[in-house]
Amino acid sequence: MRSDAALNAAGLRRDARAERIALFGLGLPALALVTVTMVIPVAWLFWLSFLGDDGALSLEHYRRLIEQASYARIFRATFEISAIVTAICILLGYPLAYVLSQLPRRIANLCMIGVLMPFWTSILVRTYAWLVLLQRQGLINSLGIRLGLWDEPLALVHNLTGTLIGMVHIMLPFLVLPLYGSMRAIDRDYLKAAANLGAGPTRAFWLVFFPLSLPGLSAGALIVFILCLGFYVTPALLGGGTVIMVANRIASDIEIFFNWGAASALGVVLLVLAAAILLAAARLIRLDRLFGGHAP
Amino acid sequence: MARDASLPITVRQVAKRYGAVRALDDVDLDIRSGEFLTLLGPSGSGKTTLLMVLAGFTRPDQGSLKFGETEVIRLAPHKRGIGMVFQNYALFPHMSVGANIAFPLRLRRVAKADIARRVDEALALVQLAGYASRRVDELSGGQRQRVALARAIVFEPRILLMDEPLSALDKQLREHMQIELRRLHEQLGMTTVYVTHDQREALTMSDRVAVIHHGRIMQLDAPRRLYERPANRFIAQFIGESTFLPVELADGIVRYAGEAVRVTQTGLPAGRQLLMLRPERLRMLQGAAIGDGAARDNLLRGSVQRTVYQGDSYLIEVRLADGTVVSMRGVSTERALAAIPQPGEPVALAFAPEDAVLMGEDAG
Amino acid sequence: MSARDASWLNRPATETQIPHRARLWLYLLAVAVVTFLVLPTLIVIPMSFSASQYLEFPPREWSLRWYQSYFGSAAWMQATATSVKAGLLTAVVATALGTLAAYGLFVSRLRAAGAVMALLLTPIIVPIILVGIGVFYAYVRIRLVNTLAGLVLAHSMLAVPLVVMVVTSALKSYDMNQEMVARSLGASRPRAFLLVTLPQIKLAVATSAVLAFLTSFDEVVVAIFVSGGDNATLTRNMFNALRDQIDPTIAAISTVMIVLSSALILLAQLLGRSGVRR
Repeated sequence: MRSDAALNAAGLRRDARAERIALFGLGLPALALVTVTMVIPVAWLFWLSFLGDDGALSLEHYRRLIEQASYARIFRATFEISAIVTAICILLGYPLAYVLSQLPRRIANLCMIGVLMPFWTSILVRTYAWLVLLQRQGLINSLGIRLGLWDEPLALVHNLTGTLIGMVHIMLPFLVLPLYGSMRAIDRDYLKAAANLGAGPTRAFWLVFFPLSLPGLSAGALIVFILCLGFYVTPALLGGGTVIMVANRIASDIEIFFNWGAASALGVVLLVLAAAILLAAARLIRLDRLFGGHAP
Repeated sequence: MARDASLPITVRQVAKRYGAVRALDDVDLDIRSGEFLTLLGPSGSGKTTLLMVLAGFTRPDQGSLKFGETEVIRLAPHKRGIGMVFQNYALFPHMSVGANIAFPLRLRRVAKADIARRVDEALALVQLAGYASRRVDELSGGQRQRVALARAIVFEPRILLMDEPLSALDKQLREHMQIELRRLHEQLGMTTVYVTHDQREALTMSDRVAVIHHGRIMQLDAPRRLYERPANRFIAQFIGESTFLPVELADGIVRYAGEAVRVTQTGLPAGRQLLMLRPERLRMLQGAAIGDGAARDNLLRGSVQRTVYQGDSYLIEVRLADGTVVSMRGVSTERALAAIPQPGEPVALAFAPEDAVLMGEDAG
Repeated sequence: MSARDASWLNRPATETQIPHRARLWLYLLAVAVVTFLVLPTLIVIPMSFSASQYLEFPPREWSLRWYQSYFGSAAWMQATATSVKAGLLTAVVATALGTLAAYGLFVSRLRAAGAVMALLLTPIIVPIILVGIGVFYAYVRIRLVNTLAGLVLAHSMLAVPLVVMVVTSALKSYDMNQEMVARSLGASRPRAFLLVTLPQIKLAVATSAVLAFLTSFDEVVVAIFVSGGDNATLTRNMFNALRDQIDPTIAAISTVMIVLSSALILLAQLLGRSGVRR
């Protein structure tokens, strides 16, 4: 009998391994797809960025990134724009998320359709809509003139203003969604306790509600900021050639100059920056949960 | 439903480790054909793990498992021909009651006409005749459990496994279902392995009970023997209430606090032992009756500390001379309740020699 | 203001007893933001019927000229067909691969499963421009540029994370015990999945198919680099047209796209609603 059991041990181990492999194998096609169409090409780009113009390994592309002033300007512009868009999204999105979170679920779900609608409309369509609305003869300008707000049509598009408006419009749902989720999860009892202990509405909000909403806010702001860094379509169409973000430069380096070395180096820097910010913020948000999650 | 010959189950040296934890520690078990066996133990004891090994959902690290003569340890769950009832019923919500029950028959390519007939028979067996077209969400908890049961037996499995099927039901329904399940078992006669942590349930329903703790089977016995002769302290405390008194066994005589205690148990090693007393096996004696009682039974003298009325019975805590508190339980009759002494009164607790159970000191 | 309105304004809005009246500015701001989100896209629809070159609102003259310009153009129609084909193929590929992966990883208890899941989600994090030029670079070398197959592969890669997320979340709220029960009743793992699990997550699968379609149909950046010639997508041609001048035909195309997307999302919602009722 003893030998019987020991025999089964080997067979059982084999069965377990076969099952593990079979289940894992279900994910293999998807894994292969992502590896072949993304991991390998991006890795190839990494490799390209370290190849000099003569074909040998070199850091000249990265050196050029640091030396040429235009690149510094582009990075600064990209960060500034991303920061501004994130800030505006917070200013507009926080009150909206707050009101939605206070509404009864049914009505909130209905309103959410409005917030989610931009998600299933193409970024091109949304950008185009702003192109039409903000043009000199567009709706905004004609309304403004008719209402007497201004006399001459304002230049609202083909510049930074138009780009910012477009980007805010596209990024707002990315902030509102996680923020709404996190606000919904805040236990009303905390506010009742605050009121009970004597806090007025304003103090209760800033001392209790706001800290509890920080994790959702941080997550949303982070998503928005990182996505802004990589924006391409909106600055290209609404910027009128004056707004050049990193992605635009990468595209023009390739399309116009065929400079794969410079483009891939830029791309690598963009990716590394996005990843670094993501990792750093992931740590910070966890800390935030520790402190902000346990209100008085 | 035809009464098919059922199968015995043979478990040999089944072991399962999760990291450093031994969920099952070299388990050997023989389950007789047609018997209702309960695996009883606290949570984490390994009882559910063992059931899952029987079902084929947990692969042990080693061991042999036979249904009758067939080795099934490496057989996939769907080929083992067992019926299974889970704690949360797990009925298919996207199918009607009838479709749920017909599911195993469809898998076995039974003819349509036969399916309808057998589904109705199964429903009648669990006393839900006519419910075939109902939706799952229209049913109460008890009804769902019965549908789950019907689904598990409709294809006439030789073995039935049940994982705490009644723990989600309220007390009255649970007790009613216990009787139902027992009746069904007697009618169908299939080998049934039942998992529960409720000792009362185990004692009510089973032919034999296996008490499991730390992945090992501590005792396998009929309910009565398990209750009256628990093998160790853990089992004694897990099943029913008990009080333990430290005793010394020397020269064939058992002594507690110096006084001799008459017992009927034999074959015990000398040295320190534990004397286990069940509250309902103790009688309360007062005044003159104490002297009479001393003749036949063992006596523990002390004074009343507290009385607790519990409806069908009452509990009296008695403080012995050395400070130990022993509880006795009595049936609530008018006469008995009227005779309950006041706290502080001197009393004696009497117990028969055959009601004294001695066991080793290790907890088991 | 009637007496009823006044009393609503004075009723407390939250636990901290602030009346609605004091927060009116907040409600107005929220309404304004929602309007900001919804209106611009919707306004394109009536504007597309404007006869004028500058797409006025409200249109002084109504006309279908931009629709005629769209439907009458062989180039636009070809591009539309390409986008629809690519979208459908992406939906099929991404949903199939993503659902299998989500299920396999969910059920597998390997530690590597977490890493694989993370890898499958990376297309969301990597800046799309990188994906675009990277895929372009690779495709040039293996001659997949400007092919439908190449486009579908790239779009499927972008859609797989969505499918995986939606299906995984559905699996999390699904009672896996049912598969165990099905197996105990005689169903092998694949049959248990097909007969019991899949019917119950079909809403999630259908939704992710719609999302995969839209991901491909609406996608711009990768399409710019990877689709071209006969296989140029609608979005690619729209982008190029917009870079040069504001072609009002785009308004008509946009309207068609908005209607199509909304219809699909509505369909997915209805499927879900009916599933629950049944």
